[in-house]
Parts: sequence; C-alpha cells; structure tokens
Amino acid sequence: MKKFSVYLITLFFFIKSPLLAYSSNPKDFVNELVNDAISKLSDKNLNQEQKEKFIEDIATENVDINALGLYTLGELRKSSSENDISNFQKSFEKYFLKSLTSRLSDYSSNIFEILGEDKKSANYTMINSKVTPKDGGPEIKIDWRIYTKNPDKPLIRDLIVEGLSLARTQKEEFASILSSNNNDIKVLISKLNEFVSN
Amino acid sequence: MHQFRNLNIVLTFLVCFLITTPKAIASDECFEKVSRSIFKFNMAFDEIILEPLAKGYNKLPDPVKKGTSNFTSNVATLLSIPNSMLQGNIEQVGHSTGSFLVNSTVGIFGFLNPAEKMGLKPHKEDVGQTLGKYGVGPGCYLVLPILGPSTARDSFGLIADTFVDPFAHVTIRENELFGVSGNDLDYFSVKGTTAIDFRADNVNNFESLEKNSIDLYSSLKSIYLQDRENKIKNSVQNDDEWGNLDN
Repeated sequence: MKKFSVYLITLFFFIKSPLLAYSSNPKDFVNELVNDAISKLSDKNLNQEQKEKFIEDIATENVDINALGLYTLGELRKSSSENDISNFQKSFEKYFLKSLTSRLSDYSSNIFEILGEDKKSANYTMINSKVTPKDGGPEIKIDWRIYTKNPDKPLIRDLIVEGLSLARTQKEEFASILSSNNNDIKVLISKLNEFVSN
Repeated sequence: MHQFRNLNIVLTFLVCFLITTPKAIASDECFEKVSRSIFKFNMAFDEIILEPLAKGYNKLPDPVKKGTSNFTSNVATLLSIPNSMLQGNIEQVGHSTGSFLVNSTVGIFGFLNPAEKMGLKPHKEDVGQTLGKYGVGPGCYLVLPILGPSTARDSFGLIADTFVDPFAHVTIRENELFGVSGNDLDYFSVKGTTAIDFRADNVNNFESLEKNSIDLYSSLKSIYLQDRENKIKNSVQNDDEWGNLDN
C-alpha cells in the first residue's frame, strides 16, 4: 500500500511537472509558458482533445481564475453572499476554461517575443510582448498582468491585447447582464451554466 | 444633398444635447432598447452583406489586399493631418503629412507604403479624438445604423469629420483642392472599402467573440470604449481597480 502511494505521488509529480516548471521571474514565466503552449498546440501528434486538456491544465495552474472571477463581478462581489460567490466562481471557472479552449482551438503557428517588463507594484508586473503570425498577418501586441504577491508562484490575471483588456471586457459584459436583471447574481450564474452546457 | 445637410443639422443638435446631458458617461446608454434594436439590424446587415464581402475580399491575392488596405489608410491619413494640428501634436502632423505625400507619390497613389519603411508612423486621428483630447467626455453610448458603436461625442465627431477631412471636402462637399475633385460615390466607395478591409482583418476575432460572448452587444460596447480611450490618450490605460482586489 505504501509503495502504491509513493508510486501515485511520483506519478502525480511526473505528470504535473511540466506545468510547475515555469520560472518564478515574471518575464521568464510568461516566456516559458507561452513557448510551451505554442509548442504543444502546434504538435501534430496531439489530437484536439489532448490539446484542450493541455490548455485547461495550464490555465488552471497559471491563471488566477478565482481573482479574475471576482474582478469581473465588480462591486457585486462585496454585497453577495459567500454561497453565491462560491457558486459563481465554480460556474465562472467552467465558463472561462470552455471559452479559452474554444478561442485557442483554431490556433495557427506564431512567433512569440517578450518586449519588456514594467513592475507596477509589489503585487503586479506588466510583461509586454508581441506575437507575429507565421502566415504574415499583422503582429499583435499583448501585455500580461502578472500577480506577484507570492513571488515563487506568479499568476496571470489579465491579458491586454492591442490595448483591450480581456478582464475588463468580461467585467463590462457581466455588468450589463446584471444591470438588466436587477443585479441578481443567480441570473448571471445561470447564464454561465447555460453557456457551459451548450 | 440638401436633405443630407438638414440631417446633419438635426443630428448635430441631438448629439450636442446628448453630450451636455448632465452626468452622462460612456458606460451609460443613450437609449439602450433602440441601440439594441439597431445592433440586431447591424448584425443582420453584417451577416448578409458585410461578412460575405469580407470573406470574399480575404480570398483576393495578398498584394491586392495589401494594396487596397494601404490605399484606404493613405486616404484616411488626410483626416489625421488637421486633427493632429488641432491637437497641437506637431510631430504627428509631420508623420501624417510626410506619410501622405510619400505614399501618394513614391507609393503610387497610396497602394504601396514606403513611408512606413522611412519611419513615418501616422496615428489615426478624428474629431471625436480631438474633442476627447480637449477634455470633452464621451457622453452616452449608442449604436448607429451600419456604422456601429459610438458615443454622443464620437457621433458629433463623425459629422464634424466631413467638414474637416480634405477628402470629404473634395468629394461629398463638391469642392476642388489643388485641382482635385470627386463626388459622393468616391467618398462612399472608399469608406465602404475601408469597412470591408477592417471586417476582413477581423473575421476570426469576430467569430471568436461571437462564439464566446454571453452578451455580444456589451462585449462590443466595452471593446469600442476601451479602444477610443486608448486612441485619445495614445497609450494603453489598464490600471483600473485591480489594485483593490488583493485576495
């Protein structure tokens, strides 16, 4: 039994190790993570399901999904009950992961380059990067908001693509749904669940 | 043309009223129900006309697409020149003027973009941005038929653009400038092609947004407002309330 446990633990770390291997330096963290993602998503030996699994794992491990969910709730996060927040976060995570895998499913090969970094505070560092599509399309500037409160485990909180914050867009979309429904968080949760189940 | 001028006057008054409405901010809606109806109409218009045209346009050979895109961008630079002047941005006046002159001559009527290789990078500026630079707030948000997302300030800007833009001056205003003149068809052809070129560039982005939005109307509103803020500031503003979220 003990041997079996050791085997399981070793297997767990073996499987998880690629996701835990990224540097704690924000700039290297983004660089390693994106290049890993590019290599996996362009790997013709992996099928769609494996790629989706990879995206889900990498996002769960390296994106601060809980904080992102709270941010998108805006002021409502302060007035909602713990139970509602907890239900919202469960639904938000599923919604986020589904939306992310869908966005990356039509991935085409790109060249990624870090342009610089800007330490905003002890908790936040912005990493500036650009992506150049290999098919000759226009290059895209992407800024990464990295949460560095735990310096050993940086987490992604937002992507700003060509100046457009994905988190802010999501927050304003939710705000509109909430304002049309008397700020009822349960309506938002049900809409997220509906999206996930479709 | 007379009717067009009357419409301008009516719209100008309407937009002035909306801009001066107390406490109107961009996230506020002017008339949300009407805007959502117009949005539905625009989506249908996009599905039936614009998207098929954009997809067809994307099948053209790359040099043709690139040349068309360069041509429309070069014409749009004309609007940036007076606006950069009005904003007191001398450097951008130089970039816009230089780019237009180089591309219109060496770049064969703007189909090529040698100005970029010379380091000339004109920003796209319009009256809405100039007003924003002067401190005029966006006013409330609305959706215009065919033209899409806008604000009270930017709608006023769209009308004002036709008075400031040298290209509009020689086409829809039927004037002559340096011996050059055109007509309404020239103006609307270039604007239409600009719209198709933009839509063609964003076919995948739009599909992804449509697929992943719970409320596409609000997503596009947010994207439009963020984009306008960035264009007015000529920089990316991304600090808002993350600082308060420190769980």
